[in-house]
Amino acid sequence: MRNESLPVDAHARLHRRAVLKAGGLGGAAWLTSIAGLLAREEQTPNSPRAAAEPAQALIVLWLGGGPSQLETFDPHPNRKISGGTRAIPTAVPGIQLAEGLEQTAEQMQSIALVRSLVSKEGDHERGTYLVKSGYRPDPTAVHPSIGAICCHELPTGGTEIPRHISIMPNQWPGRGGFLGNEYDAFQANDPADKVPDVTSRVSEPRIRQRLADLDMLETRFRRGRSRAAGATLHRETVREARRMMTSEQLEAFDVSQEPAARLAAYGDTPFGRGCLAARRLVGVGVRCIEVNLGGWDSHANNHEVHTELKRSLDPALAALVTDLQEHELWHRTLVLVAGEFGRTPRVNRLGGRDHWTQGFSMALAGGKIRGGQAIGQTDPEGGRQVDQPKQVADVHATLLTALGIDPTNELISPAGRPLKLADGEPIGELLVS
Amino acid sequence: MVARNLLFWGVCAAALAAFWGSVRSWSERQPRPMVALDVNSVQATARRVDVAFQKSWDDAGLQHAEPAPKLIVARRIALGLTGTIPSVEEIRRFESWPEDARTVLWLRETLADRRSADFIAERLARAFVGVEDGPFLLYRRRRFVSWLSDELAANRPYDRIVNQLISGNGLWTDSPATNFVTVTIPPGEEDAGPDANKLASRVARAFLGIRLDCAECHDHPFESWEQRDFQSLAAFFGQTQQTLRGIRDTAGQYTVEDRETGETKTIDCDVPYRPDLLPQRGSQRSRLAAWVTHPENRAFSREAVNRAWAMLFGRPLVDPIDNLGIDGDVSPALDILATDFVAHGYDFRRLIEVIASTEVFQQDSRLPAPAADSDVAADGPTEAHETAWAVFPLTRLRPEQVVGALLQSASLSTIDSSSHIVVRLARAIGQNEFVKRYGDTGAEEFSEQSGTIPQRLLLMNGKIVHEKTKDSLLTNAASRIAALAPDDETAVETAMLAVLTRRPDDVERARFVERLADTSGTSRRQRLGDIYWALLNSTEFAWSH
Repeated sequence: MRNESLPVDAHARLHRRAVLKAGGLGGAAWLTSIAGLLAREEQTPNSPRAAAEPAQALIVLWLGGGPSQLETFDPHPNRKISGGTRAIPTAVPGIQLAEGLEQTAEQMQSIALVRSLVSKEGDHERGTYLVKSGYRPDPTAVHPSIGAICCHELPTGGTEIPRHISIMPNQWPGRGGFLGNEYDAFQANDPADKVPDVTSRVSEPRIRQRLADLDMLETRFRRGRSRAAGATLHRETVREARRMMTSEQLEAFDVSQEPAARLAAYGDTPFGRGCLAARRLVGVGVRCIEVNLGGWDSHANNHEVHTELKRSLDPALAALVTDLQEHELWHRTLVLVAGEFGRTPRVNRLGGRDHWTQGFSMALAGGKIRGGQAIGQTDPEGGRQVDQPKQVADVHATLLTALGIDPTNELISPAGRPLKLADGEPIGELLVS
Repeated sequence: MVARNLLFWGVCAAALAAFWGSVRSWSERQPRPMVALDVNSVQATARRVDVAFQKSWDDAGLQHAEPAPKLIVARRIALGLTGTIPSVEEIRRFESWPEDARTVLWLRETLADRRSADFIAERLARAFVGVEDGPFLLYRRRRFVSWLSDELAANRPYDRIVNQLISGNGLWTDSPATNFVTVTIPPGEEDAGPDANKLASRVARAFLGIRLDCAECHDHPFESWEQRDFQSLAAFFGQTQQTLRGIRDTAGQYTVEDRETGETKTIDCDVPYRPDLLPQRGSQRSRLAAWVTHPENRAFSREAVNRAWAMLFGRPLVDPIDNLGIDGDVSPALDILATDFVAHGYDFRRLIEVIASTEVFQQDSRLPAPAADSDVAADGPTEAHETAWAVFPLTRLRPEQVVGALLQSASLSTIDSSSHIVVRLARAIGQNEFVKRYGDTGAEEFSEQSGTIPQRLLLMNGKIVHEKTKDSLLTNAASRIAALAPDDETAVETAMLAVLTRRPDDVERARFVERLADTSGTSRRQRLGDIYWALLNSTEFAWSH
C-alpha cells in the first residue's frame, strides 16, 4: 500500500541485486590476492594511456573542527590579520604557505590550492555535511558523501573489503545517505591497532561449527518464506563479512609491513599511519578513504593549536604525495585536504579564531590535478570580499570530473526530486586537460 | 541431577519473586492514570480494520496468513513498544496465563511498563526534534524526551501533547515542550532566534504528513503546494522569539526576502487548507496549534495512526511516513483507525492497543502451507502479499532493538526500570557504544535500509556479543543455562526461548542437543555460548517477523 514508488530505494535495491546476480558472491573471480593486485600496479606505468584514464580513488584528509586558512594554505604575513603568523616560500614561486608546512611547501608543484571557498554553513555538523556531500543540509533528503558517490558510480572490481573507509572518524564520517547505509564509510582505528571486528574471537574449528549451526538455522527460517528471507540479503551479508575477515586485502591496513624509513617519513603519528594506510588501501582498489585529523576548532590559543597539528599534517601530506608518485598510484588517485570551514581573520581576546565561511582554503592533489597553482584570493585586511569565490559544490564537480564521473548525472532523491551528483561547476583550471 | 534441577528452577523463582516485588512497589509509587480501556470497543475497531483488509485481499485475489504463534506476537509487541524481547522470566509468566487471554494481558502489561513510554517517546522525538544536538545552551534533548515520556506514561491525549509543542511558552528547562521551538535556533547564531521555516516544515511533516519543504524555495513540482503556502505557515512562527523568560511571541510582522527580486514582502499567517478550522482569536501559535489538532483536520489523526503503525510493524501503513498527502485515498484501514483515534480523545495508548489487536498484526509472516495440488509458489509470500499486508512483513530491526534484544537475551530475568542500577547503567553504556558502531538510523528510522557488512562484523566478532556469550556464570545466560539446566533438551529450549522467543523444532533440537551431548563444565558452557552466537547471528534474530 505505497503512496508512490521510491525511485532511489528501488535503484539501490536493484543495484544490490545486480551486483549479486553478476556473480560477485557466487564465483571466485574476486579472489585476487593482494600480491596479484600489487603486481598489476607495477605493470601500469605512467603511460600516455594511463595518464589519459580518469582517477579511480579519492583520499580525503579531513581536518575536523575547521582549520585556519591563515595558519595553513592562505597566510597573509605582516598583515594585522596574520596575528604574527609567518609565511614560507614554496617550490612554486609566488605561492607561500604558513610556517610549519615546510615539507608540504617542497611538494607545491604537485598541489593546487583553492583559497576562495565560501559557504553559508558555520556550524560544525552542517559544515561537515556540506563539505562531505556538496549539498546544504535539507530535511527532504540525506545527501550521500562524495566517497559514497564514488562507490556507487564506479565498479567494484576485485575489492573484497569495504570501498569507503574512514580512518579515526569523528562523529560524522562519510555516509551513504539516500543511496543506502551500505555506502556508509567503514570506520577503522589508528592502523597501529587491529581493524575492529574483523578478527574472530574463537578458534577456527569453533567458527566453522558456529557457521554450520547458523546455516542450519537459516535453512529452517527460510521454510515457507524463502523469497522474503532471501530479500533480506542477511545470508549474503554474513558471507561477505566472512570473506572480508579472511581477505588478504585487510593487510593493506597493516602499516607495520612498510619499511621503517617510510613510516618515519609520514611521521609516526596516528594521522601519518592513517595516510600511509590510505595509500596501501588505494593499492587494493578502495575507492575513498577519509583520514581524520581533528582538533582544529581553535576558539582559544589558535596559533599553538595549529602549530601542534601541523606537526602531524605536514610530514604526512608531503610523504603521501611522494609515496603515491613512487608507487605509480599518482595518476589514479586524488587527494583533497579540507575541513568544514575556515577561521576568522580577527584574533579574539583568547588568542583564538572563530568560525569563518567567507574565504577558506582547500588543497587538491593527484595525477589529474594541475599542481603548483593557487586559485582565488582572500582580502588581506580580513574583509568578506573574496576574489573568484568558489562553492564547495564546485570542488565536488571538479573531483567527480577527474574521476570520470559526470557531475550532472542525476539521482532521484527519496522525495522524488532529481539531484545532480554535484550541483556546481568544475573548476577548469584545476584539471589536467 | 535433582539438585541441579532444583537450583535451576530456584534461580528462576527467585528472579520472579524479585520481579513481582518490584512490580508491586512500582505500581504503588505510580498510580496508573484512570483511562478506562473498553476491551470490547478496542476489539470492535480492530475487527473493522480486519474486515477492510480482508476485502482488499479478496479484491486482489490474495491468500493471507494464519495467526502467528502467540509467543511470536509477544516478541513483536515487546520489540515495537520497548525495543527489547521478552525475558525467559516473562515467557514463563506469559505461559502461565490462560491461553486466549495471553496476548491481551501481555499488551496491557507492556503498555503499562515504563520502558514503553521511554521507548515511544524516543521514536516520537525523532520526528518532532530530530536527533541533532541543537544549540548548546538553549536546547535540552534529554529533558524533552523525558518530558514526552512522562506525558505518554500519564497517557496525555496526543492532541494535547502536540498542542503544547506548537504553542508552548517559557524556558526550555521548566517548560520542556518549548525545546520543539528552541531546537531550530541555529547553533552559533543564537541571536537569530527560532527558525520559522524549519518549524513550518516540521509541523507539516511530523503532524500532518505533508512535505511542504520543496515549497520553501519554489512551488512544489508535483503537488499542489505553492511557495505562498509554506511562507504563510512559517508566518505563524514569525514572531516567536527567545527571550530571558524563554520562548515568547512578540509583536511585529513576518517578512521574507524574495529570492529573485530581493524585495521584502510581508506575509500573513495562513494555513494551506481548510481555513475554516483556523480560530480567529488567540496568539498565532495557539491558533495554529488549534488548527493542526482540530478533530476535522484529517491529516493530523492519519499521520498519528501511520506513526503508531510503523512502531508496531517496523514499516508505516502508508510509505513514506511523512508524505501522506491530505486528500489521497490511501487506505481504508488508515481512516478507520484515524476516526477511532479522534472519537476516543486522541488516546495514543488505545490506538496502539487497537492496532496490536488486529489480526493483521497478529498474523504469521508465512502463508499457510500449500496443499500438495496447490499452485501457490513454494517460495512463500510475494512482494504483493507484503505490500498488501496479507502477511506480517519482514523488517530489519533498528540498532537499539538489536542491542536491546541482545542484552536481554543474555539475562534470564527481565532488565527493566526495576533492575539494579548497575545493570541498567551497563545496559545504557553498552547500548550507546553499540548503536554508535552499528550506525544510528537517525530521524528517518522507518525508511527501508539493508543490513551492512560492518553491522554483521559487529555481531559476529564484536566486543558486546563476545562479552555476552563467553563463559561467565556471573553475567551470562548462556553459561548459567549450561550449568543449571537439568538436561540437554531443557538447555536448548531455554536458549532458544531466551534469544528467539520460541521453542526449537525437531531439526534444531536434534542438532543442538547433539552439540551438548556428554559435555560438562567449561566445554559445555563454551558449547552453549557457541549456540547463542549462532542464534544471535541469524536472520530470525535481526529481523522482525
